[in-house]
Amino acid sequence: WVPVVGLEIHAQISSNSKLFSGSQVQFAAPPNSLVSFFDASLPGTLPVLNRRCVEAAVMTGLALNCSINKKSLFDRKHYFYADLPAGYQITQQRVPIAVNGCLMYSLCIDNKMSQMVTKTVRIKQIQLEQDSGKSLHDDTRSQTLVDLNRAGVGLMEVVMEPDMCCGEEAAAAVRELQLILQTLGSSQAVMAEGQLRVDANVSVHHPGEPYGVRTEVKNINSIRFLAKAVDYEIQRQIEELENGGTILNETRAFDSKLGCTVPMRDKEGKQDYRFMPEPNLPPLILYDAKSLPANMNHQQVINIDWIHERLPELPSVKREKLVEQYGILPEHSFTLLNEDGLAEFFENVVKQTQMKPRKVIGWILNDLLSYLKQHSLTVKESPVSSFLLADLLNLLEKKEISSTAAKQAKLWKGEGKTPLEIVKEQKLELIQDQKELEQICQAVIDGRENEVMEIKAGNRKVLNKLIGLVQRRTQGRSNPVLVKQILEKKLSE
Amino acid sequence: QVSAALKEGHVTPTELCQRCLSLVKSTKFLNAYITVAEETALKQAEESEKRYKRGQPLGALDGIPVAVKDNFNTAGIETTCASNMLKGYISPYNATVVQKLLDQGAVLLGKTNLDEFAMGSGSTDGVFGPVRNPWSYSRQYKEKSFPKSHSEDKEPNWVITGGSSGGSAAAVSSFTCFAALGSDTGGSTRNPAAHCGVVGLKPTYGLISRHGLIPLVNSMDVPGILTRCVDDAALVLGSLAGHDPKDSTTIQDNFKPFELPSLTDVSKLSIGIPKEYHAPGLSSEILALWSKAADLFKNAGAKVVEVSLPHTRYSIVCYHVLCTAEVASNMARFDGLEYGHRSDMKESTESMYAATRREGFNDVVRGRILSGNYFLLKQNYEKYFIKAQKVRRLIADDFVKVFRSGIDVLLTPTTLSDAAPYMEFIKEDNRTRSAQDDILTQAANMAGLPAINVPTALSERGLPVGLQFIGRSFQEKQLLTVAKWFEQQVQFPTIQLEEVKGHDHGVFHHQKSASFS
Repeated sequence: WVPVVGLEIHAQISSNSKLFSGSQVQFAAPPNSLVSFFDASLPGTLPVLNRRCVEAAVMTGLALNCSINKKSLFDRKHYFYADLPAGYQITQQRVPIAVNGCLMYSLCIDNKMSQMVTKTVRIKQIQLEQDSGKSLHDDTRSQTLVDLNRAGVGLMEVVMEPDMCCGEEAAAAVRELQLILQTLGSSQAVMAEGQLRVDANVSVHHPGEPYGVRTEVKNINSIRFLAKAVDYEIQRQIEELENGGTILNETRAFDSKLGCTVPMRDKEGKQDYRFMPEPNLPPLILYDAKSLPANMNHQQVINIDWIHERLPELPSVKREKLVEQYGILPEHSFTLLNEDGLAEFFENVVKQTQMKPRKVIGWILNDLLSYLKQHSLTVKESPVSSFLLADLLNLLEKKEISSTAAKQAKLWKGEGKTPLEIVKEQKLELIQDQKELEQICQAVIDGRENEVMEIKAGNRKVLNKLIGLVQRRTQGRSNPVLVKQILEKKLSE
Repeated sequence: QVSAALKEGHVTPTELCQRCLSLVKSTKFLNAYITVAEETALKQAEESEKRYKRGQPLGALDGIPVAVKDNFNTAGIETTCASNMLKGYISPYNATVVQKLLDQGAVLLGKTNLDEFAMGSGSTDGVFGPVRNPWSYSRQYKEKSFPKSHSEDKEPNWVITGGSSGGSAAAVSSFTCFAALGSDTGGSTRNPAAHCGVVGLKPTYGLISRHGLIPLVNSMDVPGILTRCVDDAALVLGSLAGHDPKDSTTIQDNFKPFELPSLTDVSKLSIGIPKEYHAPGLSSEILALWSKAADLFKNAGAKVVEVSLPHTRYSIVCYHVLCTAEVASNMARFDGLEYGHRSDMKESTESMYAATRREGFNDVVRGRILSGNYFLLKQNYEKYFIKAQKVRRLIADDFVKVFRSGIDVLLTPTTLSDAAPYMEFIKEDNRTRSAQDDILTQAANMAGLPAINVPTALSERGLPVGLQFIGRSFQEKQLLTVAKWFEQQVQFPTIQLEEVKGHDHGVFHHQKSASFS
């Protein structure tokens, strides 16, 4: 069976005002407090296009390697629903603003983050459209409550071709898109706040045969659930077909509690949206450096080239740079960019320490990150600043403490003290006195006759046990390399 | 003239306002007004008076009583579109054109009657009843049509105003106001202007903002201007035209208000006479008048040329498809949720929508919605909507070709005949009537061109007949200049109404009563 997965993603544009009206865009405002006359569809009101939304769409299109259509059109998509005051949505059905792009994303082949493979998904198009309001059904009182705050907010619909084959790929693609949108600033893309919504189109077929009937899966509220929903649906379709059943071309909702998809009751039959050109909006004309007319008012036009020149560094480029500049592994660069602020933190530490980046990365990804995760902290909330961490790593580099000591919890709590202060307080410094070390090593050897015999018999691995014992006795304050040398010397005598 | 009178203090804005208001009351039987905003009007008049006393009037429109068709949003004053759907609807904002009039100091007397949602050519299909043509009560009509009757009886044979801006036309024609706003989608300003003997101007699409005009067909609607003379129309146009950021279909170019020159030499003009406008059903009377008008120009030295607009005959069918499609779309917002009528039906949202829309809309509106939705269905879109758009392009191109060949202005009839008696008119349904009456005016809306009705003469029945001039895109100045010349030539007679006689005429525009015919 070959599963085929395509995605329709709606990203809310990060702008001060809505796509066609001046009312504000804000999450969780009191109901119906951000509604202009146009949003409420008062008769006689007309749409006026928001420049920032167009720029956001152009930026996104460019970042996804699309061709930007210099002329795109707006259409009305008609259907009746309580959260759609005008009885139609203004969208771009005939000629969207951007087409034919692609998105590269990476996955780990196994779960260990040790090997990453890069995949591509084609972007069919990006179109500008209005968001709808929200309706809440109150079944007990047989009423529907309508909040139009969201009605008219600008959306970019990004359509990904069915080039993906499983939940993991879908999730990785969406994650990458999310990062790109956040880097561009064109959308904050936080799924929990409804700024990024994903619908999946899933079908299965036998290799060599034509594509199967597809279902649309909605109500997916996180990237994790996306993977689950897609995989469940693929499984469900395979089972259905293997049992001799057929797949209906329907819309299904993902039930996150049950972990399965169920048919949606709302849609009865196929809707004819009666698309019609939006007569109140002239075609959207964009210019580039070549086609820009000489005397145009700068405020009134959008120059694609100008936007292109000012695109921020995209995640994929950033990752490459990190790998190249610091010699870290590609997998590392992914993790760095996956956490907001982590890459910056890493770079700051590197700047302030003598430790090699390849070593620093371990401390960042293993120690710092796991500490933050354990305590549900973001990088910004880290109790240890990059300065302090750099300090600590310097102590390690100077061999003033051992790496075991460096992992001590107290150091990570920060508490406003420098690592040096904490080390002194906790007496974590490496024992520098050779004689003292020798004494301790001798003491361990003396107490462990069996192990000594085994080592002398040729089992070198047991030496590590002795080293460990020394470490314990010194409470991590011994340099393992040195200890090994001393022990070996003593044992060979 | 009244402007000058105000300036010189011969009459004050409040006096003027009061006179007009009382005239509105005494002509109530015309049913031209849906809402009379007496209090606010008087307040506006008072403000205007203060400005005149200070010697700082806002402009020529300061203190001038005007009326506005009831499909324009007026803040605080009911806007109904003559429909149950919006009965009692008080809009929170002013249409741009209304705001502009108010900013110039105009006094808004009230909202005028129309066909429901501007659909119709008689102003007979609104929920507040039909508008009566003031000329029905004129001495001229009575003498010509019922010479033997002495009756005070106003009832039996009153004639329609035409539509859909009938209320506005009647209001101007009966002297209750000096200018009125109408709307024009297929002829809705020019048609009633012709039947009521007033000037009706349809400006170029994109010249005047539609923000606040409740739309019928977004791609063809324009606010229309009704006045008693061409100069007044130019004045009002000057205060309304120009880019509106709230309406993305208005042009960006700077508009400069103009004064009309008094043309004396028409020899440089080239007038086109489109032969297709000799439409079936055109009365012989109007045909003769049209011919006479052409001769008038010829004799004055202008070049008068027969031209052809071959796709004219397709404009009605084309209009039907495009209009109903847009109507179906524009009316989708009337679901009873946010504003307007809401049915008591509570079973489900859908049933509430259905009941609301059935109760709120009349047959004409519902008919157009159904047709429009049919044409927009996926399986029909290509066949009907797309095809109609292509035909529309052809119609528009006809005009382009003609104007490119050197024609300055086209001269055509505005209506097929003079105003029909109401009892005759209602014998046919709205759709039939519209299809018949729109033929001469529709194409200008398709092509977005400016056009104007100039009252020309009285018919044999004593009713007004007008002729239409169609101009080039955004060449209103030229169009109005020619219209003004023509107006001065024909000297259309003033209406002789009992009600108006009682009021002081010193202020009202008088023309010589020698008629054209």
